[in-house]
Amino acid sequence: MTKPRTNPLFHISKRKEITLRESASIRAGAILLALAACALVTTALTGENPIAVYGTMWHGAFGTTRKIWILLQNMALLLCVSLAVTPAFKMRFWNIGAEGQTLMGGLATAACMILLGDKLPNPVLIPLMFVLSCAAGAVWGGIPAVCKAKWGTNETLFTLMMNYVATQLVAYFVIVWEVPKGAGKIGIINQSTEAGWLPQLAGQKYLLNVLIVAVLTGLMYIYLSRSKQGYEIAVVGESERTARYVGIKVEKVIVRTMLLSGALCGLAGFLLVAGTDHTITTTIAGGRGFTAVMVSWLAGFNPLNMVLTSFLLVLLDRGAAEISTDFGLNHAFGDILTGIILFFIIGSEFFARYEIRFRKSAGKEG
Amino acid sequence: MFDLVSFIPRAVVQSIPLLYGATGETLTEKSGNLNLGIPGIMYVGGICGVIGAFLYEQSAGGQLDPLLAVAIPMTASLAGSALMGLLYCFLTVTLRANQNVTGLAMTTFGVGFGNFFGGSLIKLTGSEVPSIALSATSACFSAKLPFADSLGWFGKIFLSYGFLAYLAIFLALVTAYVLRHTRTGLHLRAVGENPATADAAGINITRYKYTATVIGSMIAGLGGLYYVMDYASGVWSNDAFGDRGWLAIALVIFTSWRPNVGIPAAILFGGLYILYLFVPTGMNLSVKELYKMLPYLVTIVVLVITSMRDKRENQPPASLGQAYFREDR
Repeated sequence: MTKPRTNPLFHISKRKEITLRESASIRAGAILLALAACALVTTALTGENPIAVYGTMWHGAFGTTRKIWILLQNMALLLCVSLAVTPAFKMRFWNIGAEGQTLMGGLATAACMILLGDKLPNPVLIPLMFVLSCAAGAVWGGIPAVCKAKWGTNETLFTLMMNYVATQLVAYFVIVWEVPKGAGKIGIINQSTEAGWLPQLAGQKYLLNVLIVAVLTGLMYIYLSRSKQGYEIAVVGESERTARYVGIKVEKVIVRTMLLSGALCGLAGFLLVAGTDHTITTTIAGGRGFTAVMVSWLAGFNPLNMVLTSFLLVLLDRGAAEISTDFGLNHAFGDILTGIILFFIIGSEFFARYEIRFRKSAGKEG
Repeated sequence: MFDLVSFIPRAVVQSIPLLYGATGETLTEKSGNLNLGIPGIMYVGGICGVIGAFLYEQSAGGQLDPLLAVAIPMTASLAGSALMGLLYCFLTVTLRANQNVTGLAMTTFGVGFGNFFGGSLIKLTGSEVPSIALSATSACFSAKLPFADSLGWFGKIFLSYGFLAYLAIFLALVTAYVLRHTRTGLHLRAVGENPATADAAGINITRYKYTATVIGSMIAGLGGLYYVMDYASGVWSNDAFGDRGWLAIALVIFTSWRPNVGIPAAILFGGLYILYLFVPTGMNLSVKELYKMLPYLVTIVVLVITSMRDKRENQPPASLGQAYFREDR
């Protein structure tokens, strides 16, 4: 304690504002650095030259028309979950239960397909599936929200726990409905009748999903930035006290926003089960609920930016999958690369939000 | 008939990874850092131990020195998880990034890291073994007291575990003591409750957050090591560790941030985790899946009840999840 205090070498302060160019160049720099780091890691592990590795990644993502469609489909679903969690995040309600909400939506869809598949015609069945899956997701998101609004229960931990309750619930129904008995899985539902399957547009299996999510992106952007409810969300997120002072019913906003958030996750589950997979498993959400948190945050909770961030993450994932097959590595390689890139982007946020000023010469300032 | 003598030891071995994770996470959360990277860190702790043991077994060729066989994997495991903890701190404390996002990214990375090296270690090192089965190292880790078997049910319930199990209980007790009865613990709690006040009192926030989180990560990493070396007999299989990391976080809430309560609570959770194996459900396998929900449901109930009762001492640290920036005040 007796050591004389030296002046710090640099000084950190919050930026007042940042120009678009600055913020874009900081993020681009982070991604470039991250790609360089990934190349180093890949080269160290595979011994290939990094340019060839990126060539492989590119091929994995865009190599064939089929691959491009898979990329778009994965991106659409990830974007859908990300859009779903965003209103909650803007309100500073950390909904990390998107995984469970998506699963519940998927479960409701699968239940309709299995139980009502031969009783109702598709024009009745599909809207019913849609409504029920949104409702299931909304319930799953609504329970933590009500507790948060009433008693201030920690939502991060609550929504996290709800994921595993949902997983086990799906596991239960998978065994109840398994085909054939003892198989431990359901398999493709209504393979012959295609009851409850979303129609294919223009012969493309994934086109409908992509279009729905594209529309949803626009709607969410308008909802958050142009509507009264979106404004209320922003105020509650900035300061609950201000919100109360201006007469916003905070509890109502919390519950309403989480119902919306959960319902959209349910929609993602609906698209997954009815639109593409036509089955349900405990892992059908595939970690999207967690990845969505990062997609949404990286985009600064802006739905339009999320198109970019979800694209980036899916691109990495698909590319890394190709690397691992090509070089005979484990598929988890993609997770490592995603992790590295995320660390760089997360770290770069600091430079966008804060300014570092170096002292010209120590001791001059007092 | 419910076989308690065989149930309790199995519940205990299930509980040890959870206890490590929960002790580590409690320590971390007391500093105000909500480290959702714990599941990933536990994977890293496990796989680093495996890598260390694998390289040692390969180089030693059949003749293992028991001391080294324990020391090398343990050092590797501690080093790996400490690095993860440092990374988390660098991003959230120094760079003030969002803790939830950083934690989730670390979990993605850590689980990927574990599965990748678990699946590719043999290929990468070019060795000629069919799978990673470190039974020799595992034998050193799970060595029991020689007379444990001769003591009947007492030996089975209390003495049938490897040394890491006892270390977990010891660490939980030490952590509880440090948090409640030492000046360091008091300072640490102050940092977690109200960093601005602690800062004004002259406590070095950054140092406390770093130290608590890195030590917490190392403790959690040992949970991964215990799982693979003792519980799984040295056999690494991808994703086998499962969601135990999240369960450890649940345990932290369940015990309302008290590591000593964590010991019985972990055993309870371990018991709930495997209860389905002991419940006679006949041919109806589906009900077993519902039993697996129990630990999570119990946690939710506890979480809601503690928030309803709103008792001060049962609440999460007040600044949990928030980065501290002196100039924000």
